Amino acid sequence: MPGDATIGTSTHSKASKHFPISVPGVIQSFFEWFGELGQFSHRVVKAAVRPPYEIRELIHQMDEIGSKSAFLVMLAGAAMGVVLSLETRSSLIRFGAKSSLPAVIIISIITESGPIITGLVVSGRIGAGIGASLGSMKVTDQIDAMEVSGVNPHGFLAATRILACVLMLPLLTLAADFSGVVTGWIATTLAEPMSFTQFINTGLKRISFHDFLPPTAKTAVFGLIIGLVSTFQGMRVTGGTEGVGRAATSSVVLSSLFIILADVVLVKFILEFFP
Amino acid sequence: MSDAIVVKNLHKTFGQQTVLNGIDIHIPQGETFVLLGRSGTGKSVLLKLIVGLQKPDAGSIEVHNQEVTSLPVEELNEVRRKIGFLFQEGALYDSLSLGKNVAFPLRRQKDASEKDRLDRARDLLAQVGMEKDFDKLPSEISGGMKKRVGLARALALDPDILLFDEPTAGLDPITAQEINDLILKLHGERRATAVVVTHDLRGAQTISNRIAMLHEGNILIEGTYDELKKSRDETIAAFFRLGRSN
Repeated sequence: MPGDATIGTSTHSKASKHFPISVPGVIQSFFEWFGELGQFSHRVVKAAVRPPYEIRELIHQMDEIGSKSAFLVMLAGAAMGVVLSLETRSSLIRFGAKSSLPAVIIISIITESGPIITGLVVSGRIGAGIGASLGSMKVTDQIDAMEVSGVNPHGFLAATRILACVLMLPLLTLAADFSGVVTGWIATTLAEPMSFTQFINTGLKRISFHDFLPPTAKTAVFGLIIGLVSTFQGMRVTGGTEGVGRAATSSVVLSSLFIILADVVLVKFILEFFP
Repeated sequence: MSDAIVVKNLHKTFGQQTVLNGIDIHIPQGETFVLLGRSGTGKSVLLKLIVGLQKPDAGSIEVHNQEVTSLPVEELNEVRRKIGFLFQEGALYDSLSLGKNVAFPLRRQKDASEKDRLDRARDLLAQVGMEKDFDKLPSEISGGMKKRVGLARALALDPDILLFDEPTAGLDPITAQEINDLILKLHGERRATAVVVTHDLRGAQTISNRIAMLHEGNILIEGTYDELKKSRDETIAAFFRLGRSN
């Protein structure tokens, strides 16, 4: 994690004698972290494109990531649908635009709320799991044992998990979107009865394919961030079980942070190229 | 007899700490070579350097006359196929059954089917007396059993060289003796070269052809068990006096 290695130990300046954190030390370890991440990514790509391809392990990881997160993202999506309906309804009534409620709910869910909620939920659920499990494998020599067996851990452990995250995030987003739209309709119809067909038809009338595809596809980038950051944090663990705990926590914190930052860039990109 | 492993002028440091300071070792084919030494003297590091898990700062390591320190990963993997490694805690994969753990190194054998690999794993587990536990997970067995399964996995690719990292550490004396007997039996059957890192003097006496003691980055003494025992060097004498009394 940026700053981990040298906090409190740097001799860069006299200031470090008075403050527990040395600013040059933190900056140095920040850039070191990115440098190591770059090297790690290079190794993973090299391992992924060269045979043997770990197809069976990839399918196993897709199942692990998809099935273990599906319920959670659908639950988060459902809560989001209800909240959006309740919050938006009162605002739209105030502006005399109540008929736009289905469209507002559906657009909000598929363009932003669904993807970002899915990214953050999966980052918490899967990022921590990957960081902890690979960290535990590292401190118990399991990764070394794999390497000695002639199996490249960057291909078998990292590439498969990263690719599985990239492939599963858009599918999980669809699941979150669906449950959000359904509970959005339920909350709306409880306040003012409306059939599901009518809700969908009214909502989708103002939505084009461009509104739907890019925001869903951008979650593949979120998947890349979750997979890459958590495998990297897991496979560089040092310091026994304490290090494993740190890897799990930092996997979630860093991947959530990078997802939010990436979202800013991707939203700007989507608005620019898919207006 | 040709040398299976030749280590020349090997140096390794971690930060400010010099772990290996120019050591030289020759291990002939078929010999059981035991490396003794206090904790933190770099014995396990030496095993990891031999198998290419770490890179030395200077010096060379030849395995069957092939320099391994500068090999690209594909060629290093070919060398590793000839080496079996038993890790200190077994290093069994938590998520795989014992059978699949032992079969794991066989996954690179393209001509073998899944059934062949599992059959071979069952045979190997039988050799270490663990065939009944084929479907158990590593979390369901004891430390001594983990070492047995780790040993079976190390034998999976019929290696010429076996590296044992503290095979009896953390085990009660009876289980430790069982593991030593197993190493002796398997060595007798296969005539593989073995390098054993241990603190266990009884074990060293049982299994070794030759022993070296690593101290402060250098080989302090090298010889048979009896030769070391007769040494008047204070460090060696203390190691034997305290080691045998445990």
